[in-house]
Amino acid sequence: MTVGGVLMTAVLVAFVGVPRPGAPAPVTDGAAPPLYTAQTGTQPGAPVGIPGARDSALEATTTLLASELRCPVCQGNSIQDSPSELAQEMRNLIRDQLRAGKSPDDVRAYFVDKYGEWILLAPKPEGLNLVVYLVPFLAILVGGAVVWRTVRKWTAHNPVPPT
Amino acid sequence: MNWRRATLAVAFSAPIIGLLGFGLTRDPKQIDSPLPGKAAPAFSLAVFAPGEGETALAVGDTVRLAGHAGKIVVVNFWASWCLQCRDEHRDLSTAATSYFDRGVRFVGVLYNDQESFGLRWIDEMGGQTYPSVLDPRTRTAIDYGLYGVPETFLISQDGRVAYKHIGPISERLLSYKLDSLLRDGARTP
Amino acid sequence: MTRLLGASSLLIALGVAIYAALALLVGARKHRAELLRSGAVAVYAVWALATVATLSMVYALVAHDFSVEYVARVGSRATPLFYTVISLWGALEGSILFWIFVLTSLSALVVYQNRAREGTLIWYTGGVLMLISIFFLILLVGPANPFGLVSPVPADGPGPNPLLQNHPLMAVHPPLLYLGYVGMSVPFAFGIGAVLSGEIDSDGWIRLTRRWLLIAWAFLSAAIVAGMWWSYEVLGWGGYWAWDPVENASFLPWLTATAFLHSVMVQERRGLLKLWNLNLIVATFALTILGTFLTRSGVLSSVHAFSEGPIGRYFLAFIALVLVGSFALVAGNSERLRPTGSLDSAVSRESVFLLNNLFLTAFTVTVLVGTLFPLVAEAIRGVKVSVGEPFFNRMTLPICAALLFLMGVGPALPWRRASRDVLRKQLIPPAIVALAAVMVSFVVGVRSPYGLATFAFGGFALTANLREFVDGAMARRRALGESPVIALGRLVGANRRRYGGYIAHLGVLTLTLGIAASSTFRTEREGTLQKGQTMDVGRFTVRLDDVSYREEPQRGVIAGLVTVLRDGREVGRMEPRMNFYPTSDQPVPTPSVRSRPAGDLYINLQAFSQDGSNATLRVIVEPLVPWIWIGGMIVCLGALVSMGGRKAPAPATVRVRADRTVPTGAATEGAS
Repeated sequence: MTVGGVLMTAVLVAFVGVPRPGAPAPVTDGAAPPLYTAQTGTQPGAPVGIPGARDSALEATTTLLASELRCPVCQGNSIQDSPSELAQEMRNLIRDQLRAGKSPDDVRAYFVDKYGEWILLAPKPEGLNLVVYLVPFLAILVGGAVVWRTVRKWTAHNPVPPT
Repeated sequence: MNWRRATLAVAFSAPIIGLLGFGLTRDPKQIDSPLPGKAAPAFSLAVFAPGEGETALAVGDTVRLAGHAGKIVVVNFWASWCLQCRDEHRDLSTAATSYFDRGVRFVGVLYNDQESFGLRWIDEMGGQTYPSVLDPRTRTAIDYGLYGVPETFLISQDGRVAYKHIGPISERLLSYKLDSLLRDGARTP
Repeated sequence: MTRLLGASSLLIALGVAIYAALALLVGARKHRAELLRSGAVAVYAVWALATVATLSMVYALVAHDFSVEYVARVGSRATPLFYTVISLWGALEGSILFWIFVLTSLSALVVYQNRAREGTLIWYTGGVLMLISIFFLILLVGPANPFGLVSPVPADGPGPNPLLQNHPLMAVHPPLLYLGYVGMSVPFAFGIGAVLSGEIDSDGWIRLTRRWLLIAWAFLSAAIVAGMWWSYEVLGWGGYWAWDPVENASFLPWLTATAFLHSVMVQERRGLLKLWNLNLIVATFALTILGTFLTRSGVLSSVHAFSEGPIGRYFLAFIALVLVGSFALVAGNSERLRPTGSLDSAVSRESVFLLNNLFLTAFTVTVLVGTLFPLVAEAIRGVKVSVGEPFFNRMTLPICAALLFLMGVGPALPWRRASRDVLRKQLIPPAIVALAAVMVSFVVGVRSPYGLATFAFGGFALTANLREFVDGAMARRRALGESPVIALGRLVGANRRRYGGYIAHLGVLTLTLGIAASSTFRTEREGTLQKGQTMDVGRFTVRLDDVSYREEPQRGVIAGLVTVLRDGREVGRMEPRMNFYPTSDQPVPTPSVRSRPAGDLYINLQAFSQDGSNATLRVIVEPLVPWIWIGGMIVCLGALVSMGGRKAPAPATVRVRADRTVPTGAATEGAS
């Protein structure tokens, strides 16, 4: 196998500007197959099947939180959806924090502390952010009023009631 | 043509155009870190690459941020697969030696990589003057709100994040930042 | 040589397009026939020149002529021919070249088809189309020139963006999208042309406009679904829609165009909503340009974004021109767009269309505000915020539910007025099905209120739309003694616009079912498997047999060989891969998908160990996913059916009861 050769070329040819190491390309020498790390916290050689019955409520909360947080090394994906290593570790971190008794709000606050508001895929409904939550309702309310008035105006000439 | 209505329509579309114009002046990829000014997240990580000379630590030793209280700490996140890390490597190594006596400690944190690859990379690059530590499960990286590598954090004497640099850092910038930190530290002991 | 040919055709095309625009607009205003004739010829000439430029680029790509800047950037000798040809639209400049090719082709077609039409509408329309072409030609000779000279000529190029050469759907999605996007220029041009020519108060232009908008809408629908499919097949997370800014950008004009396709019927039948419809046309076009701006200016970060270039400013100027010019024109002439009819009753299909427009507009506003809000927050607070999937899901699900409900109510209600009897007859059976759907989905395990609402309203709408076919065909059968199949065929054939619409509804429902089922009942598991180890996911067991490496001419491939078992029996082998392209430091995930009508088994290779002894797999079981793609195809079929057939719908002046004796197509319109 000359994996390394190809990959080395790959890496050298490609010098992409912004650091974005979510999915690292391996740099290896000729002989070794590439490293694309697989450290998922699962024991190597674990028995058939991956950790079976985990706490399902814990998993559900983890999944929910993970889908609310934006993956820092991706483009708009949540860390639930991102296949990147960092996102995977973040999911584990969420699980660990929940297991240690933190509330979902604590977990969110932790990530906002580290990454800023940017990491929340749904902005906190407060302050200016309320705009983005209220405008749709406003649109329906105002639009609904306009539709109602319009229909009344247009049916005004027809006093015949529905039979 | 009803000019009053036409003007109204034009006035209505102006904010949208303004907003898009503003968007052109922004870079969506540049996200400010909330960390600078805050207490630096504590860490306690095991050394895998000892460093050289007076900066050296034994492999397996634990580096604690708390252990460097009163000193300026430069934390650099890197990886063997990271191309830009090659650019800054020499500058970091030089600065680590020249600022050692002035109470500045450098530590490299290997991000999302394997120890053996890290060691080989250091070897290929002709050594690293300061110790590097392992960050199992990238917990410290997440604590530092890492977007990618390389990223470098300057932690002041009082344990606060003074500066975060994204991308390869140069010796010049590093010296400038360190000098001003040292000055401030001297003024407010 | 090719380079010169391409570059000079574009330059000449720009000049000719300027002449065409002037000749047509001035000729139409001053009624100068000879100017109009020469303008028309100029429109055809622009098309010919754009075609020459496009073909030269294709030739340069295929011939690996690396002296051409664009080829040097996206071409490579190792890239297979297929991907070489489609890299025409793989990067910014080429995509704009393809855009102008489509735009000038449509312009020539529109002018040619209608050249004998009375009045000046078509000439103004052609003039507006040429104005739009001028903008794109300026881009092509200026900041987005694909025919730049590279010197010295490199021996080879880097090849296309890995994401774009990793899947054949890239051959399908972009052209469809351009046809949809560019197609929306035609209704816009007709709308502006109608205002300029003063034909705005006649009915002829709206029919032409509707036909063209429907064509563009069909392409846009197909493009959106193809884009979802591509994301699903390439991005490795088992999803197909992430509310990414660029996805939103393609969805926004679709929403307003869909609103128009419904509300235009109210205009055609009742002479109402004229101003509103014209605004929808303008908004649709403006949103396509906004979408292009967002994709190509680097204003918002997105997976699908093209590399940033200086053309953002040009697009901004163009958007400003379009918004200011067209809204001023429409608002200034709004007096002439007053309603000329009235409604008989608030309980009628017309009212349902108004509500449909209300919710589609609210949908548009929600998505638009959500997409642009990060800019607002940054402008006002100086802080970067994200607006992503959880926000859009939460906000749009209620709107989707309302639209699903209306999709059932609309076809069930007659035009003009619905009596209580009719309401009962038309609404009770779908309501029963809706109730049954709720119960079944509850039993199957759906608990979320929106999930239940989706299945309920989906069942409601499905019944209401299917009944239109069944009742209509039965009525024909009774009256004319036709066999059921023939009755159904003739029913649709006799009123293609209407039944095409219902077919599109069935497509949307199929697609909704696929989305609802695959997102509600998705089972996902991720784990690191040693060779020979297995993992259970849903009904399936997957076994990792091997992790191997191989080289292909243009890339390196790491493949996990996976055997799929069900009830202990081997049912297939899958090969999730990671492709390494020399141009990228990141591998491109290439999931393996096993598709069956009941659902997909989706395996992505997340990671592998350095010695090839183990691999991390993400395995997802997603029920009914293929029905999303099938639903998309049904929507397009509906549009196709709807395009042909009788041009004008009969104005609803005949009493609806009369339909009973004439069971052509409208058998269920009021009573039966």
